[in-house]
Amino acid sequence: MKKILLATTAATMLATGAFADGEKINIGVILGFTGPIESLTPDMALGAELAIDEINAAGTLLGGGAELVSVRADSTCIDSSAAQAAAEALVSNDNVAAIVGADCSGVTGAIANNVAVPNGVVMISPSATSPALSTIEDNDLFFRTSPSDARQGQVLSDVLMDLGVKSVAVTYTNNDYGKGLADAFQGSYEAAGGTVTISAAHEDGKGDYSAEVGALAAAGGEMLAVFGYADQGGAGIIQGALDTGAFDTFVMGDGMKSQALIDNIGPDLNGSIGTQPGSAGEGAKKLAELLTGIAGTPDGPFTAESYDAAALIAFAIQAGGSADRASIAANVLNVANAPGEPIGVGELAKGLEILANGGEIDYQGASDVELIGPGEAAGSYQEYVVEDGAFKVLRIR
Amino acid sequence: MTDLLNALALLSNFVIVPGLAYGSQLALGALGVTLIYSILRFSNFAHGDTMAFGAMLTILATWWFQSMGISAGPLPTALLALPIGIVGTVLFALATDRMVYRYYRKIKAANIVLMMASVGVMFVMNGIVRVVIGPGEQRFADGERFIIRAREFKEMTGLAEGISLRTTQAITVVVAVIVVALLFWFLQKSRTGKAMRAYADNEDLALLSGINPDKVVLVAWIIAATLATIAGTLYGLDKSFKPFTYFQLLLPIFAAAIVGGIGNPLGAVAGGFVIAFSEMGITYAYKRFIGYIGPDGWVPDGLVQLLSTDYKFAVSFMILVLVLLWRPTGIFRGKVL
Repeated sequence: MKKILLATTAATMLATGAFADGEKINIGVILGFTGPIESLTPDMALGAELAIDEINAAGTLLGGGAELVSVRADSTCIDSSAAQAAAEALVSNDNVAAIVGADCSGVTGAIANNVAVPNGVVMISPSATSPALSTIEDNDLFFRTSPSDARQGQVLSDVLMDLGVKSVAVTYTNNDYGKGLADAFQGSYEAAGGTVTISAAHEDGKGDYSAEVGALAAAGGEMLAVFGYADQGGAGIIQGALDTGAFDTFVMGDGMKSQALIDNIGPDLNGSIGTQPGSAGEGAKKLAELLTGIAGTPDGPFTAESYDAAALIAFAIQAGGSADRASIAANVLNVANAPGEPIGVGELAKGLEILANGGEIDYQGASDVELIGPGEAAGSYQEYVVEDGAFKVLRIR
Repeated sequence: MTDLLNALALLSNFVIVPGLAYGSQLALGALGVTLIYSILRFSNFAHGDTMAFGAMLTILATWWFQSMGISAGPLPTALLALPIGIVGTVLFALATDRMVYRYYRKIKAANIVLMMASVGVMFVMNGIVRVVIGPGEQRFADGERFIIRAREFKEMTGLAEGISLRTTQAITVVVAVIVVALLFWFLQKSRTGKAMRAYADNEDLALLSGINPDKVVLVAWIIAATLATIAGTLYGLDKSFKPFTYFQLLLPIFAAAIVGGIGNPLGAVAGGFVIAFSEMGITYAYKRFIGYIGPDGWVPDGLVQLLSTDYKFAVSFMILVLVLLWRPTGIFRGKVL
């Protein structure tokens, strides 16, 4: 008994000693810095790093002295083997405590199954939305601050029903994200009495989409639903449909919301509608203010979720009193949900303080975090319309 | 009658107009491949990336012109920049010939060796283009985008279906016609052109009659690089410029050259259009077309699509295999590979 006590004391002292020296805790930020959503990821990473800087500025992590260090890696969004190699490097070379990421659903599933779960590393994805990720064997290591697309499909269906649009053609990017969202949407929309005239996949990275547009036009519909990427096939399909006069207005999934899309296509896009996860509530506004001057698009897609993912990891470290991987995994849900003191954007120092004093917090953050089911965001969505060359948020659903 | 016109407009909008533009682009590419094959006797795999290289130079020149405020009015500035792109690509092709292919010609290497060397050249060009302009998409089309929009066409004619004609589609077809006419005139009438045909037919006989092989090879590269630049720029203008798509174009271009009869310029042009219209026609969904020409008020439930658009490239492959099986010399009796 005495020995154990001694050993524990010694270990605690050693550990505290290490903290006093300024322990550096690596946090992996794995996002697709190259690939189909490369225009979104820099701002997402900056969002996550803003939270990390805020934690470091507070200086009270693990009793003070511990510092979080962001280690970026490229998920490529589409190449699973490249993403796994990058994640493997994060886990074994950089010895990260936890990972913010990945971004696209396919690579996120690959990293979770083959790298994060076998190594016991917590992953919090800010943007992977495939419904299939709700059911992976994750040993409670995989979380997401973005909601499942099962919910987005429902919301998109509601938006169209409220507008009185009864038939649409659907095209989706041929991967886990596109297929998941298209299926979820079709299920909800048909249940609500709508008709999906065609649900056709498109490949990203092609020069010409006239054949795809021809098939969609033949099927017809009041609008064209595009569940793809703004930098890739999604933009090509919209351009082709407008050029041939096949469709005039579009319904867009979250991957399509990018200012570059409006800039490239121009006024013809006016009147098109879409949804994007996020509440645009107080938290999101405050984050956008903090990111002004740092990020290219301060209120861009998934920047809020990225900030929240990083913040959750920091709080889980603080709550468990250790940067140990298992301890982080055990504490994520505790800090994300009630009961506890609500913590918003810019209040991370307060949250650390409460946890250090043995209290409980209910992290709200920029996207009103509430993790349900297997650890994914419940999800509120912005309904937006393109007006005069800009996205205008109509309401929150 | 209105139904018939609507059906025609529908087909024109989605199959005929895009097919003509795409076919012209393939034809120009296939002409370059076929020319190199008949003079230098190897399949030049680097041709797709030569197109990307030429288009890249043209884009850089276009940006330069745009920054100086030079424009071609309603036409894309890229047309003015084209000569610069052509000169640069020709010089690049000649340098490649000097550094790579000339050695293999001198030691009389087998065709397969030259072909593999061209694969190496392809990867190098691929890399150069990505380093210079980046792997992303570049837009450089300016000027008037449409000659006629689908909506305007509908208002003008009162039909339910519109035809849209983009400026770039019209330019593509017009430029292709001019280039092909010039090339055929050159090959049939000019002294150098005749020498090239003689050299292609029988190398030894041509050498005996005093034709300078170095000059023939030089001219062949100049023409091939010119064609590649024009084809690459037109494709980039009409669709979008992305280095990777030019690599993908290699398959339909080779299919076009072989279907038409490799080594035969007329065949390359015909092959380009055969491939383009097969790709468009087989993957098009005829639901509404049949709705117009079929019995009154009847529309098929299905899409009436022979193959999903995902299989577009498979169409070129299928045609290639069928031609090689049934008529290895191609439509216009080219050489057997």
